[in-house]
Amino acid sequence: MAGKLKIHVDQDKCQGHARCKSLAPELFELDEFGNAHEVGDGSVPPGLEDKAWLAQTNCPEIAIEVTEE
Amino acid sequence: MSDSVRVLPAHPPVTDWVHDFDHTDPRWTEDPFAIWDELRKESPVVHTNRFQGCYLPITYEAVREIAHDTEHFSSRRVVVRDERPEVQRNAAPPITSDPPEHKPAKQLLLPPFTPDAMKKLEPRVRAICNELIDEFIADGKCDAASDYAKYIPVRAIAHMLGIPEQDGDLFIGWIHQILELGIKDESQLMQAVQEMSAYFAGHIETRKTQPTDDLISTLMKAKGRNGEPLEDSHVMGSLRLLLIAGIDTTWSAIGSALWHLARTPADRERLVREPQLMPLAVEELLRAYSPVTMAREVMKETTISGCPIKPGNMVLLSFPAANRDPAMFPDADKVVLDRKENRHAAFGLGIHRCVGSNMARMEMTVAIEEWLKRIPDFRLDPAGKVRWSEGTVRGPRQLPVLFPKAS
Repeated sequence: MAGKLKIHVDQDKCQGHARCKSLAPELFELDEFGNAHEVGDGSVPPGLEDKAWLAQTNCPEIAIEVTEE
Repeated sequence: MSDSVRVLPAHPPVTDWVHDFDHTDPRWTEDPFAIWDELRKESPVVHTNRFQGCYLPITYEAVREIAHDTEHFSSRRVVVRDERPEVQRNAAPPITSDPPEHKPAKQLLLPPFTPDAMKKLEPRVRAICNELIDEFIADGKCDAASDYAKYIPVRAIAHMLGIPEQDGDLFIGWIHQILELGIKDESQLMQAVQEMSAYFAGHIETRKTQPTDDLISTLMKAKGRNGEPLEDSHVMGSLRLLLIAGIDTTWSAIGSALWHLARTPADRERLVREPQLMPLAVEELLRAYSPVTMAREVMKETTISGCPIKPGNMVLLSFPAANRDPAMFPDADKVVLDRKENRHAAFGLGIHRCVGSNMARMEMTVAIEEWLKRIPDFRLDPAGKVRWSEGTVRGPRQLPVLFPKAS
């Protein structure tokens, strides 16, 4: 059984493509410039793991890190 | 004053695409994908002596490396032309800006183009799409490019800028001159730029005494890096950019999507049956039919994917070629409507990521949705011909289609 997932957006790499927000709206927030950061401390609620991986896979800047605890 | 006639470089047909390429060659206009597939077998980066020397990276990796390297590759020139007009200061910030000017110039433009801002514009875009469809729905046929796709981005960006939507034809003419005719004919480029500047100067002038809450006023109120108001040339350059960048590009993306759906009934029917697929479908259509190719000027010697790159050359920064690289995308040459891994570069990579990407996505989504709601069944007109644009932005300029007449 997979452990809990945690996501983190590297602010230096994020360029505001907003794919993550489109694919996993519960997990990401966009600032006034359209750049993304993880909601809260990045903990992925149960049931949203697939969305976390989908967001990571589709970031053109490879700015999203997904870690398993 | 010299008596000699200025002879522009000729464009003889390309015979050896491995050591030469020409993105204005009719064979490229007809089917660039086959050319890139051939070239990728030879090298990740190829070169031509045309355009005073130009490289073409054709792998995702090579394109990504160049896009991220602002030290060796400058954005001061972003279109590959036969001639190299003198570099203008503030030509079109931030697309023509390098660090450190780039970031503050870009940040001014980001807030009006966030996904939330686009949600507010969406109802107007749906209305525009339906107004356009109303004009031809009873005919059973239309040109999906010149009767539909062409007008959507024009009217949307005019709305944001606070300029009359009916001036759309003026803008379209200038863009044709700047991005197509102007590649080989500098006088077309210059004339269009002059007319566009005069047009915007008028709008800037009226807003000095009567400020509005549109994008032109936003730019006029903006402050530069040191807190001072932006120079007039900067405001003008950014307005030019928004107009050019916001029209040809999205028009092309919408047109290409409708072209694909017209000739692929299975995909069309699937989207009608499963409208929740639209977000993934839009990304896949953007990948397969990326409209925009950018350029860079090589400032310092370097290597990219093992290929030597020499200063003084341009680079045709082909995001479309990157998006068709089978090393990055399995079945790269197929449209897989629900492709799950799609890290495509249609909106660029790195700091120059397209400012308008959220707007483009919204327009494209709405344009396809509204079309499919009212015209779910349509096909290419066998008696007509599809004509593709030439040069730096790719999309159908003529797209005759047939559909059942509305009863």
